[in-house]
Amino acid sequence: MPDSPSDRLATATPSGVARTIRGLSDRTIAWIFVAPTIFLLLAINIFPLIWTIRLSFTNYRVNRPNADVEWVGLQNYQRILNDPDVWATMQATAHFLIWTIVLQVLIGFALAWLINRKFKGNDLWTTIIVLPMMLSPAVVGNFWTFLYQPQIGLFNTVVGYLTGAAPDSFSMIGDVALAPWSIVIVDTWMWTPFVMLICLAGLRSIPDSIYEAAECDRASAWRQFWTITVPMVLPFLMLAVLFRGIENFKMFDLVVQLTGGGPGNTTTLTAIDLKREAFERWRTGYASAYAVILFVTVFGLASIYVKALNKVKER
Amino acid sequence: MKTKYLVTAAASALIAGSVATSAAAQDLTLCWAAWDPANALVELSRDFEAESGYTMAFEFVPWPNFADRMLNELNSGGQLCDLMIGDSQWIGGSAEAGHYIQLNDFFDAQGITMDDFIPATVTGYSEWPKGTPNYWALPAFGDVVGWTYRRDWFERPELQEEFQATYGRALDVPNTLEELRDIAEFFQGREIDGTTVYGAAIYTERGSEGITMGVTNALYNYGFEYGNPESPYDLDGFVNSEGAVAGLEFYRSLYECCTPPGSSNWYMSENIDAYRSGQVAMQMNFAFIWPGVNADPNVGGDRSGYFPNPAGPAGQFAQLGGQGISVVSYSDNVDAALEYIAWFAQPEVQSRWWEMGGYSALRAVVEDPGFASSQPYAQTFLDSKAIVKDFWAEPAYADLLLAMQDRVHNYVIAGSGTAQEALDGLVADWEEIFEDEGLR
Repeated sequence: MPDSPSDRLATATPSGVARTIRGLSDRTIAWIFVAPTIFLLLAINIFPLIWTIRLSFTNYRVNRPNADVEWVGLQNYQRILNDPDVWATMQATAHFLIWTIVLQVLIGFALAWLINRKFKGNDLWTTIIVLPMMLSPAVVGNFWTFLYQPQIGLFNTVVGYLTGAAPDSFSMIGDVALAPWSIVIVDTWMWTPFVMLICLAGLRSIPDSIYEAAECDRASAWRQFWTITVPMVLPFLMLAVLFRGIENFKMFDLVVQLTGGGPGNTTTLTAIDLKREAFERWRTGYASAYAVILFVTVFGLASIYVKALNKVKER
Repeated sequence: MKTKYLVTAAASALIAGSVATSAAAQDLTLCWAAWDPANALVELSRDFEAESGYTMAFEFVPWPNFADRMLNELNSGGQLCDLMIGDSQWIGGSAEAGHYIQLNDFFDAQGITMDDFIPATVTGYSEWPKGTPNYWALPAFGDVVGWTYRRDWFERPELQEEFQATYGRALDVPNTLEELRDIAEFFQGREIDGTTVYGAAIYTERGSEGITMGVTNALYNYGFEYGNPESPYDLDGFVNSEGAVAGLEFYRSLYECCTPPGSSNWYMSENIDAYRSGQVAMQMNFAFIWPGVNADPNVGGDRSGYFPNPAGPAGQFAQLGGQGISVVSYSDNVDAALEYIAWFAQPEVQSRWWEMGGYSALRAVVEDPGFASSQPYAQTFLDSKAIVKDFWAEPAYADLLLAMQDRVHNYVIAGSGTAQEALDGLVADWEEIFEDEGLR
C-alpha cells in the first residue's frame, strides 16, 4: 500500500516511462538531471566568455553594424596596457579596494566582538547595524550626496562641529583629495555589517570549552584573544575579505550615483571605465580586451587567495 | 480524439496570438527623455489618438541614462520604439547605422518642407551629413542653453546701490560673460532674507554630457572652433586656440568664484533645484525649464527673468539643445509612425505644442507677431535660437563627447593642469578618434 510521496510518485508514473527509466544507467540519469544546468552554464557563461575573448582581438563596434570587422591581433591589449588613464583607474580602484577592506575588516570585527558579548538589546543593535546593507546601492549613493552636501549635509555639519571648520568650507565629492575617501566612507558604512555578520558567525562557532581550558591555564584575556579568537575567526574573516574584494573590484552603481567618477577621473573605477568604453564609446573590441584583462586579474588574484584561505583552514 | 482537441487548442492559441499581435500593431511607442516636455507631449498626443484611432505608448528615460538606454536599444535593433526623439548628436550615427528612416520622400509626399522650420534646428536635428538636404528627423523640440535670474533680487534698491558702487554699473541683465561673473561674484555668499545664497548654478556634471553642454557656452564666445572651417577635421589651432584657452579659464574661474559649494557634479535637475530653492541668483539651463520656472509658486512670475547666453570677446553663441523626431527603421509600425510625424508637423498642432510648454521649431509659430509676447521667456527663446552652435554630430560623437567630458572636468573641477594642456589633450584625443574613423 503506497503511503509515502515517493511511493505515490512511483505508482503515478506511467508504466512506459517507468520501463524507459529502468533501462537507463545511474550515470545516464545523472547526466539527464545535470544537462540543463550545463547547457545553461555554457550558454550564459562559457560561450559569452569565449566570444568576448574572440572580440578582444578585433576592432568590432556594436554601433557600426555595417562596418567591416578587422582582426587587430594584440593591438587592443597593447593600447590598454600603455594607456595612462587605464592605470589611473586601476590606481583609483586599488585605493578604494584596499581602504574599504581594511576599514570594513577592522570595524566589522570590532562590532562583531562587541555584539558577541551578551547584553540587553543585543538583537536590536544587531538589526540596526545590518540595516545599511539591506538598502539599494543606488539609493545609498543618492542619499549620501545629500549627507555630503556642504550647506545642509549632516556629514559636513558633524565634521564641522567636531573640527571647528565651516561645514561649507569643504566638499567631500567635489574635492580631488577628499572624493576618493568619500566613496570609501560610504562603502564602509554600507558593507561593514556584512563583514560583522561573517565575523559573528566565526566568533559563535568557537566552543566555550576552549576558553574555559585557557582560563584553567590562567591565560590572560589578551592572550586568549590572539591565540584562540583571532586564529579561529581568521578563515571567516578571509572569506569576508574575498567576498568584499570581488564585489568592490566591480563597484559601479554606488560610485556613479555619488560622484559620477569625478572630480575629473579621481573616482573613476575600472568598472565605470569599462562601462564607458563598452556602452558609451561603443568600442566593443577594445572593451572586450579590457574585460579579459580584468577577468584574468581577478581570477588570478582570487585563485591565489583561495589557496591561502584553504591553507589557513587546514591549520 | 485527444489529438483533435490538442490541434484545435493549438490552432485557437495561434489565432488568438496573431489577433493579439495585430492589435498590438495598432499601438505606437514613442521614446524620449523623462522631463517636463515629455509630459506635455503625452497630453498633446491625445489629440492624435482621437483623430487616428492609434493608441500611444511612451517610454521615457531620465536624462543621465537616456543615451545609454536608447542607443543600446537602437544598436541592438530593438523594436521597443517606433518613434524616437533622439538627441541631436545621435543623428550622424543613427543615419549611418540605419537606425532611422530617411524622411525626404515622405516629406515630399506630405508637402512638408524644411524651409518652414528654424534653419538652426534643421541643421542641428534633421540633417546628415550636415549641410546637405538629407533629412532623418523632423525638428521636434527647439531647445537651447540660456540663463534664468532672480529679477526680484536684482531689483532690490539696496543691492542695486551696492552693485553700482562696487562695479560702476547698474545691476541688470549681463551683456557679456565678464559681467555675468561680476554679478555672480556679487551674490556669492550673500545673505538674502536670512539665507546664504550663491552666484550661479552652472553645468559641471561628469557622467554624461553635463560639463560639455555648459563649458561650450563660454568656449564658443571666446573663440573656440570645432575645426578649421576650410578643413573640418583640422583641429589644432582651433580647438586649442588662444581664445578657447581663455574661454576654458573663464569657465573655471566662474566655477571657483561663484557657484554653490559642492556643485561639482550638477546638471539640469540640480541647477533647477538650486534655483527653485532660492540658493542661487542665476542658473544656466536649457530653455525647457522656463515654463516650469514661470509657474513656480516660489520663484515664478515676476520674480524671475530670462536672458540669452551673454557675449564674449569672440561673439555671442549658445549651446544648442533639443531634438528631432525620427522613425525607427526596426519598427513594425513605420506607416503609423510616419502618420504621427505628418500630424505633428501641422501648424495648428505645433501651435498647441508651444502653448503646452513644448518649444516648436516651426517658423509659422515662432515668427507669429504675437509669439514674442506670448510668454515672459518667448523673446529670450527667440534671441537664443538665433545664436546656437552644436557639438559634433558625427557617428563617433560619443567618443568625442567622453574625451571632452574627461579633459574639461579634469581641468575645471579637479583643477588638474592648465587650460592649454587640457585643450591640447583634447585635440590629441579628437585627432586619434578621427584617425580611427578614417577621417584624417
